[in-house]
Amino acid sequence: MHHRLLTTTAAVALGLFASTATAETLRFGASADIYGFDPHGVTSSYDNIFVHNIYEPLVRYSPQLDIEPALATHWEIIEPTRIRYFLREGVTFHDGETFDAEDVAVSLMRAVHPNSPLRGNLPGLVDVEIVDDLTVDLIMSGPSPLLNNFLTNIFIMDAGWMRENNAVEPIDANQGEEGFTTSNANGTGPFMVESRRPDSQTVLVVHSDWWDEPQHNLTRIEHRPISSAATRVAALLSGEIDLIQPAPLQDAARVEAAPGVRMLENPGLRTIMMGFNLTDTLNDGNVEENPLQDIRVRRAIKHAIDMDLIQERIMRGKSRNTAALIAPEVPGFAPELNERLPHDPDLARELLAEAGYPDGFAFNVNCTNDNYVNDEGICQALAAMLARVGLEPRLVAEPRQLHFERAQAGQTDMFMLGWATLPMLDGFSVLSAMLHSPEGSYGTWNPGQYSNPRVDELTQAIAVELDDEARIAMMVEAFGIAKEDLAWLPLHQQPLAWAAREGVEIYQSADDLARLWTVRINR
Amino acid sequence: MLGFLIRRIIQAIIVMLAVALIAFMMFRFMGDPVSSMVPEHATEQERAEVRERLGLDQPLFVQYGRFVARAATGDFGLSWRNARPVSTLLAERFPATAELVLVAAALSLVVGIPLGIYTALRPNSFNAQMLQFLSLVGISLPTFVTGILLILVFSVWLGWLPSFGRGEVVDIGWWSTGFITASGLKALILPSIMLCLFQLTLIMRLVRAEMMEVLRTDYIKFARARGLRDRAINFRHALRNTLIPVITIFGLQLGGLIAFAIITETVFQWPGMGALFIQAVNFGDVPVMAAYLVLVSFIFVVINTSVDLLYASIDPRLRVDDAGPAGGGH
Repeated sequence: MHHRLLTTTAAVALGLFASTATAETLRFGASADIYGFDPHGVTSSYDNIFVHNIYEPLVRYSPQLDIEPALATHWEIIEPTRIRYFLREGVTFHDGETFDAEDVAVSLMRAVHPNSPLRGNLPGLVDVEIVDDLTVDLIMSGPSPLLNNFLTNIFIMDAGWMRENNAVEPIDANQGEEGFTTSNANGTGPFMVESRRPDSQTVLVVHSDWWDEPQHNLTRIEHRPISSAATRVAALLSGEIDLIQPAPLQDAARVEAAPGVRMLENPGLRTIMMGFNLTDTLNDGNVEENPLQDIRVRRAIKHAIDMDLIQERIMRGKSRNTAALIAPEVPGFAPELNERLPHDPDLARELLAEAGYPDGFAFNVNCTNDNYVNDEGICQALAAMLARVGLEPRLVAEPRQLHFERAQAGQTDMFMLGWATLPMLDGFSVLSAMLHSPEGSYGTWNPGQYSNPRVDELTQAIAVELDDEARIAMMVEAFGIAKEDLAWLPLHQQPLAWAAREGVEIYQSADDLARLWTVRINR
Repeated sequence: MLGFLIRRIIQAIIVMLAVALIAFMMFRFMGDPVSSMVPEHATEQERAEVRERLGLDQPLFVQYGRFVARAATGDFGLSWRNARPVSTLLAERFPATAELVLVAAALSLVVGIPLGIYTALRPNSFNAQMLQFLSLVGISLPTFVTGILLILVFSVWLGWLPSFGRGEVVDIGWWSTGFITASGLKALILPSIMLCLFQLTLIMRLVRAEMMEVLRTDYIKFARARGLRDRAINFRHALRNTLIPVITIFGLQLGGLIAFAIITETVFQWPGMGALFIQAVNFGDVPVMAAYLVLVSFIFVVINTSVDLLYASIDPRLRVDDAGPAGGGH
């Protein structure tokens, strides 16, 4: 009798325990596996955000993309080239080691090591000086207004652990030796690695000694890559997966119709645009000169394109049409930059005639077919719309490696490009890479060779301006000039498309990165 | 026999060298792998440095020569995608592909041969006609469509079987097996059906055609005239002679199974070598692609050689012809 009573109480207690501290597992179906755990190993922002569950930066983005303190509590500019970071006390790594200034110094220098693929993500860092156990000075080669933005992507590892495992230098794909840090991890983040089987499953479990108050209610994350989009949706519908990213847009209606699952769709940061060849000759033309140099021709092209139709028919109404090169969330955006030229094919024909091309001319239009949401469909529509006003676009849709190689080499007349300003999340990204004339580290994605001296001048000033207000004013001015010049043809911000089981809550950040440490599961 | 094997080994080496060469020539049309490895805002100088470190600035034949020289010592280099040794990556993925292909091959034989015999012996029955019709569907339907249909029916609608992955696997040494867990076996069902369907229908139709051919020959008629029982005639005399061409085709098709596994592995997220190869193609990971292609060509040569050897042991006439020069113990 006594014995039975005891077991009953135990069962009740167990039941209570189970209901209060429920073990919530998030099964996350991504389109690709991560490359490994090394936080300085690859530049892919997808890997970076998953590794963010394990490792942490000095400052981080909130899901709403505001910069907030993480391993550093605050910072101050001592001199324009010396920024002091005050580190958080009482942070421990997963193996129990205490976090301190040395870890920051060794990690940052590892990220900017000449062999590190990541060093372009923290430009200008010369040295890290340790002031005391919880204070470091970052020595920069010049004033760096975007230092905090960059630091959100640079994760801190344990210096002692790296030394023990011969991992102080970054992994070099040409060295012939496997890096310890690819398959092992020891961070300060909310989750730690339990197991990993490449391409099958990576399991994270909660780090109970995390310094921050968790927003999530998870105890376990199972990262299960499913590369085939149809299978990924099927796995969600059959209840094997709780959250998928991305969810193919063409299956959205099916997901919405199914019980117990829902689509998460919002316009993202990535602006899809077409670049123009503005050099003296067309690559694939039938006229001597390059008509695209004439602003009337570029204006005609803008008027010829019916973005509302593309939005409605190809993007299921989920994209956000734009005239600006950056999304509203990105610093440098201003409402006046977003006033679109109306769709007006008659005006387009008039402008072409005025420019001396009443019968149009031939040129190529190059697109990816595997990189952006419905990229090939968008381009087919564009080509048809251009043909309707008398132009002769020759459409080439290719896989991304071929497309970008060709586009960057300047072998195209109109080419598709999507730009999310990641990782710096600032308009300067577009100005320096796409609008500044190509020279040195500027204009790396300006193969059409757009060039305006005032834009160049502003861009160089923005690069070193530490006052936020002045910076933004200059960015808006530069973007305004580029808009007047029709330097690029912005189309829309493509939608983010994820899908989740009912009860799985996650804020869909505009940068299309799933911050799993903010997921809540309600039953 | 020894001479035959040596000839085959030399052939295998030539085939693998040729495959690697063709592969290297094709990689040039695949686009710039560096674009996957640098941030999108990387400068031309940064790109050039990466290119130089990977040896991509060298002429094609130098790259090929380096690959062959290293491969000869068993070193396939590091994957550009995640800096892990290519040989480790392939070894990690090999068990998944091997188990899948093994099950699919077994299924195609175990189901295909009896069905073929049945349709040959009762060509006019309703069941046989139905099977013939279904086999046409099996041959003509693209495999990825069958895969998606299987997932839709058995995973989404019925919820019986997993739609992706290998289930729970157990490591035995370096070999990870899904054969000894319930979830591992369940996970094998749909992919192996998808993979074997084409082979199965092919074998069934082949057995049927061969068997009907053999049943019309004189020695079968003679055996029947002698009053042998049907069972003895059909299985001891007719079936044996039917199986010789079946083995040849099956051997050739086994290579096909490994090649088709790429599609099956992609649809079912089966973590095998095919899935690895597809990733490598997407990323432009030349070391992985080159090693995979060389490995597959090696497997093809091994299979063909084994089939030739098996052929000799099944057909006594070949053995007699070959006995002299091979110096066998006759």
